[in-house]
Amino acid sequence: MKLTVSSAPHITGKDSSRSIMLDVIIAMIPAIIASGLIFGPRAIMLIAVTAAACVGFEFLYQKLMKLPCTVGDLSAVVTGILLAFNMPSTMPFWMAIIGSFFAIVVAKQLFGGIGFNFVNPAIAARIILATSFASQMTNFVFPKSSSDAIASATPLSAGLTGSYPYMDMFLGTTGGVLGETSAVALLIGFAYLLIKKVISPAIPLTYIGTVAVFALIFGQDPLFHVLGGGLLLGAIFMATDYVTSPYTLKGKIVFGFFLGLITMAIRVFGSMTEGVSYAILIMNLLVPYINKLTRQRPLGYIKTKKNAGGKN
Amino acid sequence: MAVFKKLVRSASGAKVPHNKNTENIETVKMPVPARVHIAMSQHIGAPAKVVVKKGDEVKVGTVIGEATGVISACIHSSVSGKVFAVEETLFPNGQKTQTVVIDTDGEQTVCESVKAPEVTDYASFIEAVKTSGLVGLGGAGFPTNVKLAPKNLNEIDTLIINAAECEPYITADYREIIENGADVIEGTKLVKNYLNIAKVIIGIEKNKPAAISKMKELCRGLDGFTVLELPSVYPQGAEKVIIETATGREIPEGALPSSVGCIVMNVSSVGFVARYMKTGMPLTTKRITVDGDAINEPKNVEVVIGTTIKDVIEFCGGYKTEAGKIILGGPMMGTAVISDEMPIIKQNNAITVFSKEKSVLAPINACIRCGRCVSACPIGLSPVEIALALAGKDEDELKDLSVNLCMDCGSCSFVCPAKRPVSQTMKEAKDFLRKAAK
Repeated sequence: MKLTVSSAPHITGKDSSRSIMLDVIIAMIPAIIASGLIFGPRAIMLIAVTAAACVGFEFLYQKLMKLPCTVGDLSAVVTGILLAFNMPSTMPFWMAIIGSFFAIVVAKQLFGGIGFNFVNPAIAARIILATSFASQMTNFVFPKSSSDAIASATPLSAGLTGSYPYMDMFLGTTGGVLGETSAVALLIGFAYLLIKKVISPAIPLTYIGTVAVFALIFGQDPLFHVLGGGLLLGAIFMATDYVTSPYTLKGKIVFGFFLGLITMAIRVFGSMTEGVSYAILIMNLLVPYINKLTRQRPLGYIKTKKNAGGKN
Repeated sequence: MAVFKKLVRSASGAKVPHNKNTENIETVKMPVPARVHIAMSQHIGAPAKVVVKKGDEVKVGTVIGEATGVISACIHSSVSGKVFAVEETLFPNGQKTQTVVIDTDGEQTVCESVKAPEVTDYASFIEAVKTSGLVGLGGAGFPTNVKLAPKNLNEIDTLIINAAECEPYITADYREIIENGADVIEGTKLVKNYLNIAKVIIGIEKNKPAAISKMKELCRGLDGFTVLELPSVYPQGAEKVIIETATGREIPEGALPSSVGCIVMNVSSVGFVARYMKTGMPLTTKRITVDGDAINEPKNVEVVIGTTIKDVIEFCGGYKTEAGKIILGGPMMGTAVISDEMPIIKQNNAITVFSKEKSVLAPINACIRCGRCVSACPIGLSPVEIALALAGKDEDELKDLSVNLCMDCGSCSFVCPAKRPVSQTMKEAKDFLRKAAK
């Protein structure tokens, strides 16, 4: 009889890294469908291009570096879809592919692959693209809308505080990048992630709540700030990225609060109209510190006495 | 308030499967096997000293190993027969232990020394418990007479009877309540009265409604007895966790339950105390849950101590398929053994056998920093950060992360989606600190 001898425990839960990533992809399907309906078939093609490019770059990099292939964990697919969600439907494919390269190779693999990237790869690539190809990244085509008034603008960049129809913003029939416009599609995805316990609601709720509160403080329409722009997309799908968000509930709340604060500071005082990606980028960098400062107090914890100076 | 508590420590535990397949099957007494192997180390502390030699006649209850030192326990023969050999055996924990091998005569003649002890006060009660050879039957195997004699006895105000049985598959304690509920209460009363403890809390996980109602019925009208329904989340039965759930008290790092005025006893242990005081029959048999997908007839079996795993499994209809892994205990904290020749010892409460397919270890993937180990840890540790600190050999950081509070419950490994052996890493981190301290 040949027996396996291994350390306890001898059973594990059902979830795997792959099943978690698959759940995230499923949660993005409503937003993918919405982008197709709002911006037309090119939107779907763009998503397919970035997803394929991300998977392809991960595969090629790992082949080239003779690393074990981790394409099967589907995290590159998630990055690809998120990246496309951050582009307007008119984005040239070759630029989208450059963005995918930056996300997977530079932001993720060069730092050690999954689990070691210190910023969200899709956010990093979006910012690189926005600075490199500013006009293409903001070339929003305006879909059919009930108020056929403005062209090539998002509700935020149009700056029409309070006068943009809420219903358009809720359904997503406004200008903007692929994944951000339809609040209803994003919220369906959010509900799915919560039901499947893939993410905790702490980060999205504190982030969105903080934005709404600061909008009120600055005398602006909170609903407009929540629905217009990339807040829901960022709060639900980008700020909750495991690797680049804190571990504990306390940490998640701190993270969400500062995301909201920075986003509103940029939106209200900055020269840019949108601040979600920069807020996430900045807070990603602070995650190791937040983790250290927001640890749980273990059951039976005794504060270890540090060698305090001065008394010698 | 719940949210506020979660801010301090989420400690959601692990939602492990229950698999209590054997809960409704009455315990079956297994016939005495032809040969038993009785180890001298069946407890935490110093091994017992062998006091018999090859060829000696022994009877049921004859002392064959005497306790040595303060923390130790005596060992009795579980059978009548003739000592075949005294030899060294390798145990699953990697230690070599003296083992008395006895060829049984099948008569089960009871030793003349077995008679109900005369107990009149605290001292004679503790002496009787010591003579009985009882150790903590929940799995830790801490000598009971030592546990019942804390230095601050007058400060102990709560006796917690642990019937959580949070390990998957195991139903041995559950069957003790259902079959011997009166003994459980009787034994609890004895401990409560001789140690003069004001309050008794019997903690049972919610997933055992029949046990809860049975205990509630038996406790009706008893002064100071409470039956507490515990949340059905692994590991409710862990000493630190059950004490916090029952009393709200926290055991500081490195301290014993008595430091917060509590004594925790396993439900089968108190049941045994009651029977011993009536009959004087020392701890020579044990109820074992035999289950797992490679077992033909899963059930609870009462076996004489020293029966080999192989004999027990044969009694349960043998292997259904080729065994891939044999675990002494449950799948969360049990120990995988290298062969089925190992004998049953006092604190064993289960044999779990998995098929080859169920024993395949999942490939280990990269940590995705999901933090599930952090929210599952019942102590509120941060396994992901501990693993990183260990990789960096950062002694101060490991201390700061309180890794020594880890009790090896395995929740972190269970929830890890990357299938990393997190719990094993925690053990390595504790080892590292132990070595660094030298």
